[in-house]
Amino acid sequence: MNIEQLYRQVIMDHYKHPKNKGLVGDASYLTIHLNNPSCGDEMTVQLMCKEGIIQDVRHQGTGCSICCASASVMTETLKTKPIPDAEEIIHEFYEMIKGYPFNPDVLKGDAIVFQGVAQFPARIKCATLAWKALEQGLTHLKEEEQHHG
Amino acid sequence: MVASAFRDRLKEGDEIITSELEHHSSLLPWMMTAKKTKAKLVYVPLTSEGRITASAFQSVLSDKTKVVALTHISNVMGYRTPIEEIVKIARTKDVVIILDAAQSAPHMRLDAKALDVDFLAFSGHKMFGPTGVGVLYGKKHWLSQIEPFEYGGEMIDEVYRDEATFKPSPMRFEAGTPNIAGVIGFAAAIRYLERVGMDQINAHVALLTRYTLDKLSQVEGVTIYNPKDTHSIITFNIKDVHPHDASTMLDQHHIGIRSGHHCAHLVARFLNTPATIRASFHIYNDLKDCDALVEGVIKTRDFFQSF
Repeated sequence: MNIEQLYRQVIMDHYKHPKNKGLVGDASYLTIHLNNPSCGDEMTVQLMCKEGIIQDVRHQGTGCSICCASASVMTETLKTKPIPDAEEIIHEFYEMIKGYPFNPDVLKGDAIVFQGVAQFPARIKCATLAWKALEQGLTHLKEEEQHHG
Repeated sequence: MVASAFRDRLKEGDEIITSELEHHSSLLPWMMTAKKTKAKLVYVPLTSEGRITASAFQSVLSDKTKVVALTHISNVMGYRTPIEEIVKIARTKDVVIILDAAQSAPHMRLDAKALDVDFLAFSGHKMFGPTGVGVLYGKKHWLSQIEPFEYGGEMIDEVYRDEATFKPSPMRFEAGTPNIAGVIGFAAAIRYLERVGMDQINAHVALLTRYTLDKLSQVEGVTIYNPKDTHSIITFNIKDVHPHDASTMLDQHHIGIRSGHHCAHLVARFLNTPATIRASFHIYNDLKDCDALVEGVIKTRDFFQSF
């Protein structure tokens, strides 16, 4: 795949018309802010879970098109998923983006487009930033639960 | 190493003069030393173009100044610091002068004695040498004054249960097994550059830079941040294209540039942009490469504008 196809397929669409973009001032959301210090990308992700299911994910950030589009795709991919499923999907996304074999039964939809990023190692951090933020959020929720449980 | 050594030598009220053009590797050691000693970091005010001038340096020099740590050539702006004039002015005070020559050493003849700086540093990977190896030059009287930076094998004279003595410089700074292959490789790289000729390199690179700046400045949608550079660096952005996207697209056209803040956050802040595209030249480039860069930039601009 060449880069133009990669951009054409989905990335530019999500970049120009992002899904679930914009943060909410709702206390039931967990907010995670991450940046990519080597390039200046910044990403804030908000996560709301209820009864072990991701109810809503929001994102807001500045960065290149791959970073922003990946955030949009991440929210679409993980919304409505039970937390263990989401964790599995995130893991498969990381495998795919590093160029390793991944399970297409777990990772589906627009996220597959980022497979091409594996050929551009410099962009892996861009493509995973929002996913890392969400993963941190899930870890935080689990730790909290253990603490209280 | 020098900045660490000065943690014992600076005190509250002392001042360290540096600049917003510094690479993080020149700035942060002094920032941390300033924090530990409560000395103050003082920045040379830059001109609107982003240059360090001798008169701006003079305006911040005082009896409180104890350290002057400046870059010779900025890795983002490409502009050369008038270090000869600055050294002359600085010598009216009791200061130690450290020059970051990482960008100048690959492009020009350097005479540390004539420059009269106390320390001068540059790295191997910017001169066709291996990574993880560099040179720190220091005046003998300074090197014999400062404490060893690391302790271990090779640097000792004699060791007892409660006491140890160390070899004279430079061996006192060579603790442990050195990066032998790296150092030999670096020496070979320097010999190679000298065989080509530093003056020829400088002239060739200046020609390519001038040529590209002329062409690139005529491309609509391109902002050049250092239009007057003559030292191989062109820092720019393309309207509505993120530098990382531009970098990946140019890579597809077989053009290698760097995008980001180039390990110099303060320069990015000065330019008021989170990231830039940086093209640089050396002897492996020719005018055709410059044309390819300009064409690549136009193609990149047009591709992203098509969405």
